[in-house]
Amino acid sequence: MADAPHIPDEAETRARWGNFAWTAENAEQVKTIIARYPAGRQQSAVMPLLDLAQRQVGAETQTQGWLPVPVMEYIGDQLDMPYMRVYEVATFYTMYNLAPVGRYHVQVCGTTPCMLRGSDDVFAACKNKGLVKGATTPDGLFTLTEVECLGACANAPMVQINDDNFEDLTYDSMSAVLETLAAGGQPKIGPQIDRQTSCPEGGPTTLKEMVEGNHDYRGAWA
Amino acid sequence: MADETAPVAPPPPPPFVGPLEDRDRIFTNVHGFQDWGIDAACLRGDWDNTKALLALGQDAIIDIMKASNLRGRGGAGFPTGMKWSFMPKESKDGRPSFLVINADESEPGSCKDREIIRHDPHKLIEGALVAGFAMRARAAYIYIRGEFIYEAKVLFAAVEQAYAKGFIGKNACGSGYDFDVFVHRGAGAYICGEETAQIESLEGKKGQPRLKPPFPAGAGLYGCPTTVNNVESIAVSPTILRRGAAWFNRFGREGNRGTKLFQISGHVNKPCVVEESMSIPFRELIDRHCGGIRGGWDNLMAVIPGGSSVPLVPAREIMDAPMDFDGLKAVGSGLGTAAVIVMDKSTDIVRAISRLSYFYKHESCGQCTPCREGTGWMWRVMERLRTGDADLSEIDMLHQVTKQVEGHTICALGDAAAWPIQGLIKHFRPEIERRINERGAPVMEAAE
Repeated sequence: MADAPHIPDEAETRARWGNFAWTAENAEQVKTIIARYPAGRQQSAVMPLLDLAQRQVGAETQTQGWLPVPVMEYIGDQLDMPYMRVYEVATFYTMYNLAPVGRYHVQVCGTTPCMLRGSDDVFAACKNKGLVKGATTPDGLFTLTEVECLGACANAPMVQINDDNFEDLTYDSMSAVLETLAAGGQPKIGPQIDRQTSCPEGGPTTLKEMVEGNHDYRGAWA
Repeated sequence: MADETAPVAPPPPPPFVGPLEDRDRIFTNVHGFQDWGIDAACLRGDWDNTKALLALGQDAIIDIMKASNLRGRGGAGFPTGMKWSFMPKESKDGRPSFLVINADESEPGSCKDREIIRHDPHKLIEGALVAGFAMRARAAYIYIRGEFIYEAKVLFAAVEQAYAKGFIGKNACGSGYDFDVFVHRGAGAYICGEETAQIESLEGKKGQPRLKPPFPAGAGLYGCPTTVNNVESIAVSPTILRRGAAWFNRFGREGNRGTKLFQISGHVNKPCVVEESMSIPFRELIDRHCGGIRGGWDNLMAVIPGGSSVPLVPAREIMDAPMDFDGLKAVGSGLGTAAVIVMDKSTDIVRAISRLSYFYKHESCGQCTPCREGTGWMWRVMERLRTGDADLSEIDMLHQVTKQVEGHTICALGDAAAWPIQGLIKHFRPEIERRINERGAPVMEAAE
């Protein structure tokens, strides 16, 4: 596939990641994860373990993380799975990075509901900040990816940057988010306009008592 | 001869089609103004004597769910109670049963499960216990899409809270029934919303759908009897049991009962997620909760009423259509997940559908040839139709190809990729032809 990531040189990768092992904290986490599945079904843990490994690699490299081949082999050994089965999973799901990404992985949703609300402007903001689709900026700060629907359509257009969603974006607010991140700050997560989650802008049309307090509607049940 | 003086039965009252009153809303914290935590949730009525619900017994719970006429909220609309009843009543060979809750919400336009999970997670967990108990399941796995990172954090924490209170786990809610709830995060694959692909994924494999039969109720997760239900179907069940099937039947038209989370995106003044009565007319839904169509009702062009997989409906047909399974089927579309994507007259409609074609190309799992090859082919032709760089005969050819993909794949992704294009050709053929003609014209002049 044309847009497949360029997988880094294996010898270099092995030299850097050949000794990968869980941190003490993650090793505990691994035990908890495997315990979620019935005995003998530890293969089920491959997805959470790949995610955890990607995060550990990310923490060690100050990026969003990726999955070097030796790390996948390590997980395969731990779960008693052939490496190829781990690799199949890692390549099938989009959230596993097969090549290094930047400090911030900017994932702009380009699917129709976001497109209708102006994801083109969000891409334009990225472009004007020097971000190129499918590439990492030379300073290693931003990787831009166009992703498919992230399930926040009532707050379109939106972007997910590492673990956080930024919603109800415009050209200006997206530019501001990128500027804040570049300056080492933390932009406000969630809607970038004055709005409570997916509630209609300007205040709710339903359940207005909930704004003020934890209202119990059971008293009015008939 | 009938006695002409005898009173005849009055005609049944017209069905209630909204607006819903707040006291009849199930998801009272849908916008997250209040805490999602277990103490606040209990004050709102969750986990209120769940032991008594379980004491109804498995068969009674399933009977109430059947009587409520709840149809699955994940898109297909299969009756939930009936689905539960397919599970074996006893294990003849020692295999346990499992409940899998589908929180892999990835259908473009859909964003309701996200609101349930991050703002009302205890409705889901309580529902998991009740549903799992009714179908005699050993445990529930909640499969949440990987990109819902914050939502998964909330869900993990909510499950822990429920364990700490003894609501789930050994002797759940003091009922004597042992039931575990586990959360499993996906990693970005739309296809894992398909039930057998989800099971494959849970087993630690690529999410490629399985051939049916065997159906999951016979051999699903780890080869054990399994039911896969949508988040909303499960999360409404405790409230239905508390308030009774008759209450749920008060809303919506026959065959389309209940309340529903609608998710309105696109060209409305105020996009939102809101719980309303089934069968609410489209115009009422938009005017009441979304501040109307951007630029007014005359500016409405088309609506995709149920998430990207259903065909679009042109403005004049949707305006007064009831938003339910049958009402939208009657206008050649479907309710799907009630993800309403509104497009006004500024929309490049061919591009909007072409972008969906790209989505399906991207998300095809690659298992069946008609879908793997067809989705890419359809997208490339759609892109040429978008710019008009095509021949008029290619419209029919594209339509023919969609027909060759539809129904020829293991799962419904092939159908879902075909339907939006069929809807576009059906309703907007003149627009496609216009683009081809306009682009073609100057070339012809140059040739002369």
